[in-house]
Amino acid sequence: MIVRILGEAQYDVPEEHRAALDGLDTTLVHAVEADDEAAFTSALLALTAEVRRVGETLADDAFTPSELVVPFADATLAETKRLLADSAPSDEG
Amino acid sequence: MGVMKRLSGIVQAKTNKLLDKAEDPRESLDLSYQKQLESLQKVRRSVADVTTAKKRIELQANQLQQQADKLQQQAKAALGQGNEDLAREALARRAALAEQLTDLQTQHEQVAGQEVKLVDTAQRLQTQVDSFRTKKETMKATYTAAEAQTKIGEAVSGISESMSDAGMSMQRAQDKIDGMQARAGAMDELLASGALTNLSQPVDDIQAQLDKLSSTDAVDTELAALKAEIGASAPVGELPSAAAASPAPAATPANPEQPAS
Repeated sequence: MIVRILGEAQYDVPEEHRAALDGLDTTLVHAVEADDEAAFTSALLALTAEVRRVGETLADDAFTPSELVVPFADATLAETKRLLADSAPSDEG
Repeated sequence: MGVMKRLSGIVQAKTNKLLDKAEDPRESLDLSYQKQLESLQKVRRSVADVTTAKKRIELQANQLQQQADKLQQQAKAALGQGNEDLAREALARRAALAEQLTDLQTQHEQVAGQEVKLVDTAQRLQTQVDSFRTKKETMKATYTAAEAQTKIGEAVSGISESMSDAGMSMQRAQDKIDGMQARAGAMDELLASGALTNLSQPVDDIQAQLDKLSSTDAVDTELAALKAEIGASAPVGELPSAAAASPAPAATPANPEQPAS
C-alpha cells in the first residue's frame, strides 16, 4: 500500500505491515482523543519512524495516489486536530 | 476511524477540488500540468515570504542586541555616578530584552525550519513537473480509450495529491508566519520609539509593552557583578532589601499555543 507522510514523501509499504501500522495509528487516535500532547508526539514519532523503516520511498515522479496519509512528522496535537476537523466538503458533481 | 484514513479522505477531498473533470482524459493531463506549474510558482513565492520573515527576525534581534548593549552601558554609567536606582532600572530593562531575544531565537529556528521544508517541497515539485512534462506526452501518444480511465486517472490523481500536500505545507508555513507578524510589528514600533533606552520614560509604559516580564533575581545578580566590575565605592557584600523581598513569583503558565517539542 502507498502511504504519504505529509510534507515529506510517499512510501510503498508491504501489505504485511498493515496491522502494525494500524496499531500505531490506534495509539495516535487515543492520544488525540485524550488531548494528550506528549502521548501524541511519541505516537506520531513511532508511526512515522515505522513507515520510513518498513516502507520504500517512492520516486518523486511516481504519480501514485496514497491509500493512507500520515500527518506532518513534526505536527503538534492542536495542528493535527485542526487538520482533521478540516473536512472540506468534497466537490461531488 | 484511524488518523491515517481520515487524513487520506481529507487530502482526497482537497485533491478532488484540484482535478478538472475534463471530458477527454488526455486533456486532463495538460490541465494537470498547468496546475503543477502554478503550484510550483506558489511554493516559490511562499519560500520568498518565509525568507523575508526570517530576515525580519534577524534584523530585530540585531536591534534588540544593540539596545541591550546600550542599556548595559547606561547601567554602568549610572552606577559610576552613584545612581543605583537608575542602574537597576537599566538592568531590569536589559533583562526583559534578553527574554525577548530568546523568544526571537525560537521563532527564528521555527521559521528557518519551515524555509528548509518549503525549499524541499519546491524541489520535489520541480522534479515532478519536469518528469510529468515528458510522461504526459508519452501517455497521450500511447493513449487507448480502454486504459485511459485508469492509467491517466491515476497519474492525474497522484499529481494532484502531491499538489495538495504542497499546498498544505505552504499553508502551514504561512500560519506560522502570520502568528509572528503582529508581535513583530509591535516590537518594531517599540524599537523605533527608542523608549527602551530612554530611562526617563516611566517604567510602567515599557514594562507593559514588554508583557511584564519579570526577572528581578537576575537583575540583583547582574547589579552585584557590575558593582564588582567597576569597583563601586559601596561594599558589594550586602545588597539592600531586595534579597529579602517577596517569594519567588509563580511561573508564568505555558502558552497553550506553543508547541511543546
